[in-house]
Amino acid sequence: MTFSEIFDQYQPQLVARIGEHFWLVGVAMLIAAAIAVPAGILLTRQPKIERWVLGFTNAVQTIPSLALFGFLIPLPVIGGIGPRSAIVALVLYALLPIVRNTYTGIKEVDPAVREAALAMGMTDGQILRMVELPLAARTIMAGLRVATVTGVGVATVATLIGAGGLGDFIYRGLQTVNSNLILLGAVPAALMALGADFGLGLIERKLVKGRVS
Amino acid sequence: MPSEAPIRLSEVTYRVGGATLVRDLSFDVGKAETVVLLGRSGSGKTTALRLVNHVLMPSAGEVVVEGRRTADWDPIRLRRRIGYVIQEVGLFPHFTVARNISLLPSLEGWETARVDARTRELLDKVGLPDDVLSRYPHQLSGGQRQRVGVARALAADPPILLMDEPFGALDPITRAEIQREFLAIQETLGKSILFVTHDLREALLLGDRIGFMDRGRLVWMGRPQEFRTGSDPRIAAFRESLS
Ligand SMILES: Nc1ncnc2c1ncn2[C@@H]1O[C@H](COP(=O)(O)OP(=O)(O)O)[C@@H](O)[C@H]1O
Ligand SMILES: [Mg+2]
Repeated sequence: MTFSEIFDQYQPQLVARIGEHFWLVGVAMLIAAAIAVPAGILLTRQPKIERWVLGFTNAVQTIPSLALFGFLIPLPVIGGIGPRSAIVALVLYALLPIVRNTYTGIKEVDPAVREAALAMGMTDGQILRMVELPLAARTIMAGLRVATVTGVGVATVATLIGAGGLGDFIYRGLQTVNSNLILLGAVPAALMALGADFGLGLIERKLVKGRVS
Repeated sequence: MPSEAPIRLSEVTYRVGGATLVRDLSFDVGKAETVVLLGRSGSGKTTALRLVNHVLMPSAGEVVVEGRRTADWDPIRLRRRIGYVIQEVGLFPHFTVARNISLLPSLEGWETARVDARTRELLDKVGLPDDVLSRYPHQLSGGQRQRVGVARALAADPPILLMDEPFGALDPITRAEIQREFLAIQETLGKSILFVTHDLREALLLGDRIGFMDRGRLVWMGRPQEFRTGSDPRIAAFRESLS
């Protein structure tokens, strides 16, 4: 079958798989950001736990995605077959780049700027909100971009635990040695990764508007 | 206590990790007085300033600001009564000049109209034109940045100023200009100023009194005239090293 025949045959499913894929990654990134940004901030306030937290997120990163999905299946509450395990795995993968970039973004704020803020009588919360987070925004967004692009790729494995997504086409194509079917999954996934990177890049530029640093 | 000096240090020692950065430091800064701490780099001048605004806490002795020990102050309230200027300036790079200057008055809850009027007044005082208000720090020259730094420190009209080699990074001509302006401003504002420098000429020009620091100790304190002619060997050696 040619690619266009495949495309015609699977078109109704394609939209659904793209939707699932987008949803898996989107939900996972929101949860990951909600955990990892505060965790990165906490690290800058509690340097003693730095090694522990960065060590954990680093270790997660080294687990092959297939194995991580496998580990999650037998676990109660967060595990099992279906999208829930997939989202948990995607969140775990996304933690490291976001935690690390939040932490380094804040740490890299010019010490003179922080010293001036402290000495003028800003509270820790004000320094964080008005100085550190805005100045770290570009680095934090870069972490989110890496996490999202990686997440779009990793989510293609989610099909193996019944969570759907564009991986459905890829694995069915692999089983039937149908490269056009593989492409039907891979091309939209690649486009989604590029699109997410571009979209987050626009937000990033908006956040740092007016400043050259 | 109206007779109490705005800043007073009594036998202040500060140690960290086995090192003693300042030892038995005792002096005061009177109302509307400029005291200059002079000394080589590493002699403990910056440490002394940080002890005054409670960024550092003394290991021994006490620092008293406006009649109250810094340990008894709410650090935020204390620091908002103390303007701070540093060599690196530390302007907020993501804020315009106007926002940099007006931040503290805004945090203090001043009305917008009052904040705006104050910002313009200060800009004029430090000799900058109104059109820099909408610029960002990276769009200014070094001299302009430091002027904004001074304006920011004066914004909420603090009675006390701490200045850490504020003009040290400027070219000689700009530095001379800004030093003259500093004297003129101080003439009208009458702040109590603790000023740190390693530049003898600056100390002689700006100080009502000079304290000479060496290896964490205050080894001499007196009038600029006395410093020029003083026979203390450590002062003489410092003078020699510069001429
Ligand atoms: N946290 C610290 N631990 C140990 N030594 C320090 C620390 N901070 C500063 N010092 C040292 O204390 C000395 C005094 O520093 P400082 O007050 O900054 O001197 P100055 O401002 O006169 O150049 C310097 O030798 C400096 O290296
Ligand atoms: Mg210093």
